Amino acid sequence: MADTRPTASIEAVESGLAAQGYIASRQIATAVYLSQQIEKPILVEGPAGVGKTELAKAIAAWRGLKMIRLQCYEGLDEAKALYEWKYAKQLLYTQILKDKLGEVLGGAQTLAAALDQLHTFGDVFFSKEFVEPRPLLQALEQPAGCVLLIDEIDKSDAEFESLLLEILSDFQVTIPELGTVSAVAPPTVILTSNSERDLGDALKRRCLHLHIGFPEQKLEERIVESRVPGISQTLRKQMVGFIHEIRSLDLKKLPSVSEAIDWARVLVLLQASELDTEIVKDTLNVLLKYEADIEAATPQISSFIAKASRQGVFS
Amino acid sequence: MRENLHRFFRAARGAGVRVSPAESIDAMRAVAQVGFADRDILRDTFLLTLAKTQDEKRSLGECFDLFFSQPEPQQENAEQSKTDDNSESGANPSADEHGDAAGGAASENVGPLAQMLLSQDRAAISTAIANASGAASLPDIRYFTQRGIFQTRILDAMGIQRLRDDIDEQTTRNPALAERLQEALNGLRGTVRDTVSQALLLYGREETENLRNEILRNAPLARIEPRQVEQMRTLIRQIARRLRERYSKPRKRQRRGHLDVRRTLRRNAAWGGVPFLTAWKRKHRDRPKIVALCDVSGSVARVSDFFLLLIHSLHEVVDDVRSFAFSGHLIEVSDILESKSPEEAMKEIMSKVGFGSSDYGNSFADFEHNWMSAITPQTTVIVLGDARSNNLDPRADILRRIGERSKRLVWLNPEGRMVWGFGDSEMPRYATFCTVVRQCATARQLERAVSDIVATYQ
Repeated sequence: MADTRPTASIEAVESGLAAQGYIASRQIATAVYLSQQIEKPILVEGPAGVGKTELAKAIAAWRGLKMIRLQCYEGLDEAKALYEWKYAKQLLYTQILKDKLGEVLGGAQTLAAALDQLHTFGDVFFSKEFVEPRPLLQALEQPAGCVLLIDEIDKSDAEFESLLLEILSDFQVTIPELGTVSAVAPPTVILTSNSERDLGDALKRRCLHLHIGFPEQKLEERIVESRVPGISQTLRKQMVGFIHEIRSLDLKKLPSVSEAIDWARVLVLLQASELDTEIVKDTLNVLLKYEADIEAATPQISSFIAKASRQGVFS
Repeated sequence: MRENLHRFFRAARGAGVRVSPAESIDAMRAVAQVGFADRDILRDTFLLTLAKTQDEKRSLGECFDLFFSQPEPQQENAEQSKTDDNSESGANPSADEHGDAAGGAASENVGPLAQMLLSQDRAAISTAIANASGAASLPDIRYFTQRGIFQTRILDAMGIQRLRDDIDEQTTRNPALAERLQEALNGLRGTVRDTVSQALLLYGREETENLRNEILRNAPLARIEPRQVEQMRTLIRQIARRLRERYSKPRKRQRRGHLDVRRTLRRNAAWGGVPFLTAWKRKHRDRPKIVALCDVSGSVARVSDFFLLLIHSLHEVVDDVRSFAFSGHLIEVSDILESKSPEEAMKEIMSKVGFGSSDYGNSFADFEHNWMSAITPQTTVIVLGDARSNNLDPRADILRRIGERSKRLVWLNPEGRMVWGFGDSEMPRYATFCTVVRQCATARQLERAVSDIVATYQ
């Protein structure tokens, strides 16, 4: 009985994500299940547009949690990611303090007495009230937990990775003036990367590593079906088959799932019932984003359509 | 089962997946959650927790399939202890009794191994092999040269000595039985050999590769055999990847402590110049600019080939590479190298300038005439060649001017220092104008030379 339980839970994850319109492969579902069970972040790698960011959104929607997103870029630092002091308010506070200084010190006669009075006075200059929480700190403060999406971590600097290590392994951050802030409820952390640069081993060690590649034909058909419900079955099979043929070419940027969905929407909008050379030629710019790629693919269009339709007959 | 997991981690390390203790703990916790029932889920679990790159995922997947394709020794150990008990306390006496009762049957005095072979109990035999492998610590196997010794150890542990005695004894008494035993022994040898080979595949792959690469790294590039060229290319690609990882760190480094006054004032104009936000000075580091002049005549050609391959696979680290090849005269080859595969590119370069007798003077003159402007004060110029100019005018004055224009001038010579200056070698004359001169005959020296060049820009 104990053996059947995890399989069932993984299926539950799969169907839960499917209810949010995210068709997950079993490997993705296993990763989500495990990250929940052993409380580890997931590092998702893969080409652009295969649904790395969508995964985080789907998890958040499925569990009914708030999603906090931190978009990484070069030069992102702790002031924008973690916390910042509210300088203007702190400045105002010192102004007020200056006005009230007489009251605070209470007419102390000597300097030593005045200093004693000052020490007993509670210092609020560096306190929670003056901290402006940024996404990472916000994520820790959510009482019900949340989904923290750290998007495109490979775009950030190597130093920023080190900043993340504490939050990834122990779900806590340290603010020098205040001490350590631990998570109220451990957030589900998803990191995404386009493998633009290799991430450090220390970061990778703290995460489950999930690679999402281009989906298999059947899976991609299901994805298109769930995202673009208006599309007919034959057209869906044809277009997914066609995209799979395109991916076998040596292109600068291969069309990924998001392009497939866009293309399906375009085809529905143009009320196409099946693929033909004309319509593919006209809409190829939805799939391919480089002029050179379009040029390379154009001569192959008719043979690809033929192949894709033949596949449709057998499957 | 825990024991099995540890063996799997070891096999994974053998397959080149770096498994740290922390990761193995994670994997164990994860496995505790998913259980062993569904092999596919188990596989996914390992791929998620242990492998951290696409390559690692692939090799770990292969390793998983290989590892779990063999019977699980743990289970068998349990059976084994049972069968051991049987054979010691139950089977032997019963056999003896049986023998006594039959009044000296043929299998009367043979050892336990012979009995096992005669009874053709496959399960028992494979169990015995697994057990003997454990005793011989087969998972420690690293190199293919150790195959023989491990086979001997396993067979010894199984009691082959007794079996041989039995065969000797039976040849006179019962030749038919001896023959059967001999045949069974041959079969057993084969099985043990397969077991050891599989173990080598599981645990020793990385070490074997390391050993081969180590030998290859120290072999003179000019004299490697044609069949090794492909391996050497792979090795060069690995070196390039290593250099890329080491040197492609971000080029901007924050220099905390130096306030950028102008930017700070501008940024805080909204607060009337009160510096709420500070801006700090940043230091930019240049990426290397390289101009490479490669001799492609005679024995230097192959070294140049590998050098060009290495330099041109450093895209992320090196900003700008311009390569020139020469023997009798000099041409630019950057475009050929960028657009074609290494084999084709080298073929084309060779057909254009290769196979002539080298003329350094003329080639330098070509360079000065057409491409001198490619050299800026940030450029490192690398000349790769043996400096043997067939007694023609060496034109060292051009090399001096190149040296003056550039940041550094590095000469890599595939010949040993001992022969520099002998015969038609102009090396000592050229060396005076070079920032660095080094020997560069093996992949290791090549790596160090390129690494040093890139490091000067950090």
